[in-house]
Amino acid sequence: MAWTADQPLIALVDVHKSFGKTEVLKGITFSVAKGEVICVIGPSGSGKSTLLRCINALVPIDRGSIKVEGQEVNDPALDKLALRRKVGMVFQQYNLFPHKTALQNVMMAPIQVLKQDRKEVEERAHRLLRKVRLQDKASSYPGELSGGQQQRVAIARSLAMNPDVMLFDEVTAALDPETKKEVLVTIRELAEEGMTCLLVTHEMGFAREVAHRIHFTDGGRIIESGPPEEFFAKAKDPRTRQFLSQIL
Amino acid sequence: MRAPPNSTDLPVLLPMARPVRASEIGKVELGRAGLWAMLVVAAIGLIGEARAAPSDPGLLALLWKWAPLIFQGFLFNLLVSFLSMAIGTAAGAVLGLAQVSLLPQVRQASWFATQFFRNAPWLVLLFYCMFLLPFEIRLFDYVIPLPAWFKATIGLALPVMANMAEIVRGGVQSVPAAQLESAEALAFTRRQILWQIILPQCVTRMTPPWMNLYAILTMATPLISIVGVQESMSLTRAALNAEGRIELLVPMYLMLLVWFFLYCYPIARWTIRLERRFAVKI
Repeated sequence: MAWTADQPLIALVDVHKSFGKTEVLKGITFSVAKGEVICVIGPSGSGKSTLLRCINALVPIDRGSIKVEGQEVNDPALDKLALRRKVGMVFQQYNLFPHKTALQNVMMAPIQVLKQDRKEVEERAHRLLRKVRLQDKASSYPGELSGGQQQRVAIARSLAMNPDVMLFDEVTAALDPETKKEVLVTIRELAEEGMTCLLVTHEMGFAREVAHRIHFTDGGRIIESGPPEEFFAKAKDPRTRQFLSQIL
Repeated sequence: MRAPPNSTDLPVLLPMARPVRASEIGKVELGRAGLWAMLVVAAIGLIGEARAAPSDPGLLALLWKWAPLIFQGFLFNLLVSFLSMAIGTAAGAVLGLAQVSLLPQVRQASWFATQFFRNAPWLVLLFYCMFLLPFEIRLFDYVIPLPAWFKATIGLALPVMANMAEIVRGGVQSVPAAQLESAEALAFTRRQILWQIILPQCVTRMTPPWMNLYAILTMATPLISIVGVQESMSLTRAALNAEGRIELLVPMYLMLLVWFFLYCYPIARWTIRLERRFAVKI
């Protein structure tokens, strides 16, 4: 059964995950089509970040199925490295490599993991840094960059692997409003170019603007889903309404 | 210069400035720098003048006579310290990395080895090596001799290895878990993560404790004199026996102490400087 582009790029079915006695995911089911931008929102501690980590096998799941391009992630024989080459991820705390410059951060994985030609990679890395508007920071170390700049380098670093889908884990949560904006603009450009994106976010305005579909999670379950207009205007579930009333 | 409250402002009536001031400051600085050297010389000189019989050669002359030989022994101490450090560092790095292995057996075995050698008295380990290692190894047609000094070097390398292992383990674990996570998300293999991302970040952090370990090892090298290896300590003892003068005892050991001090103290200062510098850097 070969995967074709008309099938969901990511398909989660009844995903369960516990840490010790705490069940963080209690049966999550949704899918992401190619080119789609999906936002997952919900109160802190509702398992959103864990959900993203399950998709690229950073966290193993207990029950259920996650398929990325038709390949089962919940499979002991899974080639994790092959999966992670297709799935890019950006973290809340940027997690750039502090001993490498911005350019080196972007170049490292394509050279070492994909074994691509250094010259080619360097050219592409410069292009990616220009894309995130940091071409003049190529030789800066992460410690010399602001939070927003670091996060944009992290996005470029992830893009350098040419992933099929990007996972964003509350990437603006640690930023101040101004730097937040630079990062969100970058992500929106990506989305407009047709990159498949799955975002965990607290940026309601951004979600409303960019997302094709929004999932609201609470207590390890998806409570409500829908396209942004519908979701924000007429949420049905009382918990969703309460959450939105606190945030908006 | 502050005048007392009720005094005149006529310069003539002001108390005279002390003209010795400047030279005094100079003396203080000089004194601080040369304090150790002066103390040593004074001690030797005093003891010599007080106790030496007029016909005997002075203590300083005797020290001068034996210094070259003992200094050769001291250089041998340093050689042993280099070798022990090199062997201990290499073995300790392996042992330390084994402690963060994914395989539980490897992790447990290396943890046990580390704890065993780290909590053993150095002298006992030294004796063990002297008696357990053969005096030669036969490898096919070759016979590799194992001289006593080399066995002693191994004996000192064992505790160095265990301490180095702890430095490496601590260094690796000091790198935030998020670094590991983001490297994993970029599809790096575990080996690449270790060599390209974790180790380069913790080498700077491991350097000061590693230098500290070296200074401690150097100061422990005279232990090998107890198991019969000739070095500065045993040569000092031999020189004392040859001269048979009890008043030579203190200055001669003092000379040896000063050499060790002059070698180890700069290492300690340098370590502190590095520690400070790395503490500021993110």
